[in-house]
Amino acid sequence: MDLTYSLGLVIPELVLTLSGLVLLLVAAWGGNEASKPVSIAACVALGGAFFLTAPAVCAGASGPDTVAFFGQLRIDAWAGLAKLMIYAAAGAALVVAPAYFDRLKAMRPEFAILVLFAALGMSIMVSAADLLALYIGLELNSLAAYVLAAYLRDDDKSAEAGLKYFVLGALASGILLFGMSLLYGFTGTTSFSGINVAIADGLSGGQLFGLIFVLAGMAFKISAVPFHMWTPDVYEGAPTPVTAFFASAPKVAAIALLARLSLEAFGTQATAWQQIVGFAAIASIVVGALGAIGQQNIKRLLAFSSINNVGFILIGLATATLAGASAMMIYLAFYVAMTVGSFVALLMLKDADGNQLETFGDIKGLSTTQPALAWCLLLIMFSLAGIPPLMGFYGKLVIFRAAVEADLIALAAIGIAASVIGAFYYLKFIKVMFFDEPVDAVKGKSDWAHWALLVIATLVISPIAFLGTEWLGGLAEAAAAALATAG
Amino acid sequence: MIHTLAFYLFAVLVIASGAMVVLARNPVHSVLWLILAFFNAAGLMVLVGAEFIAMLLVIVYVGAVAVLFLFVVMMLNIDFAELRAGFIRNAPLGAVIALILLAELVLGVGAYRVGIIELGTPDGSAAPLLGESNIENIGALLYGRYLFLFEMAGIILLVAMIGAIVLTHRESRAHRAHQNIGKQVARRPDDATEMKRPEVGQGVEL
Repeated sequence: MDLTYSLGLVIPELVLTLSGLVLLLVAAWGGNEASKPVSIAACVALGGAFFLTAPAVCAGASGPDTVAFFGQLRIDAWAGLAKLMIYAAAGAALVVAPAYFDRLKAMRPEFAILVLFAALGMSIMVSAADLLALYIGLELNSLAAYVLAAYLRDDDKSAEAGLKYFVLGALASGILLFGMSLLYGFTGTTSFSGINVAIADGLSGGQLFGLIFVLAGMAFKISAVPFHMWTPDVYEGAPTPVTAFFASAPKVAAIALLARLSLEAFGTQATAWQQIVGFAAIASIVVGALGAIGQQNIKRLLAFSSINNVGFILIGLATATLAGASAMMIYLAFYVAMTVGSFVALLMLKDADGNQLETFGDIKGLSTTQPALAWCLLLIMFSLAGIPPLMGFYGKLVIFRAAVEADLIALAAIGIAASVIGAFYYLKFIKVMFFDEPVDAVKGKSDWAHWALLVIATLVISPIAFLGTEWLGGLAEAAAAALATAG
Repeated sequence: MIHTLAFYLFAVLVIASGAMVVLARNPVHSVLWLILAFFNAAGLMVLVGAEFIAMLLVIVYVGAVAVLFLFVVMMLNIDFAELRAGFIRNAPLGAVIALILLAELVLGVGAYRVGIIELGTPDGSAAPLLGESNIENIGALLYGRYLFLFEMAGIILLVAMIGAIVLTHRESRAHRAHQNIGKQVARRPDDATEMKRPEVGQGVEL
C-alpha cells in the first residue's frame, strides 16, 4: 500500500486539483475576459474526471484494492457512482452559469474554479473512510459553497444567503467536530473500520453521544428536518445556477457519505441510529410537503421539494440494508436529473429584457406561449410527484420496496401518504401552466446549451429510461455491495 | 534538581502573570502580561517534552494572537470607567458563573480520579517512532500517513483565500492619483494658460 498506488487511485481528484490550480493562474492573468475559456476548461476537467471514474464503477470495484492512503480513502464503486453524479451535476451548473452571470455583469472566472474545488471536496467526502478525510472533504466543499452562495455580492439576497449559510454551516461543522472528537476519544480511532470494531459489542454512553452529534451535523448538510431551516432562504437568495448546484451535487455527496458512515462505521449498531434516521425521513417528507404549499416563489418551492426528496432517500438509509443503500443510489440518480432539469427550466424563464422570472404569476398559461418548455416542465413535475410512467415513480418504488422488505411498513405507509400531499404543489405547477389565462411574461430566448440540458434531463426521467433501469440497478447493487465488503 | 527549579520558576511566573492579566488596570498591560504567561507556559511544555507545542505557543499565540489582541485593544477606544460601572450590579451573576466553573472543576477532577471514563484504546495507527523527537514524529505522520489530507487542507486554505478575494476585491474604476511624468513634461504653457484682454468694465467670461 505505497503512496504511488494510492496516487493512482485518486487520479480523478488529482485532475480536478491540478486543473483548478492551473485555471486559477489563468484567471489571475486573464482577468474577466478569461471567464468563458476557464468555464469551458473546468467543464472539460470535470468530464475528464467523469471518464476516469467510470471504469471503476462499471467494474464494481470493491475490497482491499480500493483502499488508498493507509485506509483514509476508499475509491470503490459506491464512491465512484456518487462521483459520477456529482461531476455531472457540477458540469451542468457550469454550463448554465455564464449566461446568467453575463447579464448581471458578474461573470468572473473564479466561479468555475470554486465549483471545481467544491467538486473535489465532494469527491473526497464520498470516498472518505476516516473521520479526518470526512471532515477535510466536507469543509472544502462547504467553504466553496459559502462563497458561491454570496457570489452576487452586490445583491442583498445573495449576500444574506451567503452569510446565513456560512454561520449555520459553521455551527453544523462545530457540532459534527464535537461528535467526531467524542467518537475518537471513546473508540481510540478515526477510521470507519476501526470504529466498527470498537463498537462491535455495544455502544457506550460517550460513543452514543458522538454518533448522535455526528448524525446531527450530517443532517444539516443534507438539509433533513429538523436541521432544514436554512434551506429555503439560501436557495432563494443564492444565484439560480448556484442553487441548481446546491440542490444536486452536495446532496449526493452528503447522502453517500452519511450512508457509508452509518453502514460501515455503525453497521453493527444499526438499531441505535435507525430510529433517528427514520424520524428525520418522516419529518423531512412531511415538512417538505406542507411547507411548499403556500410558496409563491418557485425557488423556495423547489427548496422544500428538495427537503421532501431527502426524506424519501433517508427511508432507504433507515432500512440499514444493502438493498436500501442501492435504492438510495437509484433514487439519487433520478433526483439529480429532476433537480437539474427543473432549475434549468427555471433559468429559461426570462422576460423580454432577459430578467429572471421566478414566481407562479409569471408562468401562467406557459403552455400556449412556450409549449416546449411547458411540456418539459410538465414531465419533470409529474416525475417529482411520482406519477407512474415516469422515473420519479420508479425511484420511489425501489425505496418503498426496500423499506417493505426490511419490515418498515409504517415508515413506507407514512411516506406514501405524505407524497400524496406533495403531489398537490407539483400539480399546481401544471394547473398554472396549462389552465390559467396566459400572461405572456416569458419572452426571453435561451441558447442551445440550456435546451440540450433540459432535453437530456427530461429524457432521463421519461419512460424511455426504463430501458436503462436494469443497468443502473446493477451498478447501484455493485456499489452497495462495495460498502459491505469494505469493513 | 534543575528541572524542579525550572518547573517552579515557570509555574509561579505563569500564575503570577495570569493574575496580572486580570488585575492590571491598563488593558495594554494586560495583553503584555498575557504574552509573558504564554512564554512561561511554553517553558512548561518544554519541560514535559512537548517541544512542538512549546513552539506553537510561541509562534501562534505570542506571534499572532497576542499581537492581534494588542492592536485591537490599542485601536478600540474603550471607556473603562463605564465598563467597571456595572461591577456591583453584575457581581452576583459573576459569582454564580464562578461557582458553576468550580463545580465543573471538582466534578472533572473527581471523575478522573475515580477513573469512571472508559476511553477507547488507541489503534496504534499513529504510534510514535521510537527514539525520535516529537517534532520528527509529527512531521513523519503529516508527510507520510496523512500526506493527502495535509495537502487537501492546503487547498482548503487556498479556497478560503480565493473566496475572500472574490467577495471583497473590486476593480477600482476611479482614477488613482498616480504621477504621469510624460504627461507633465508634455504640458506646454499654451495648454494651461489663456491670455484674455477684457474690455474695460466688461469682466472676464470664464
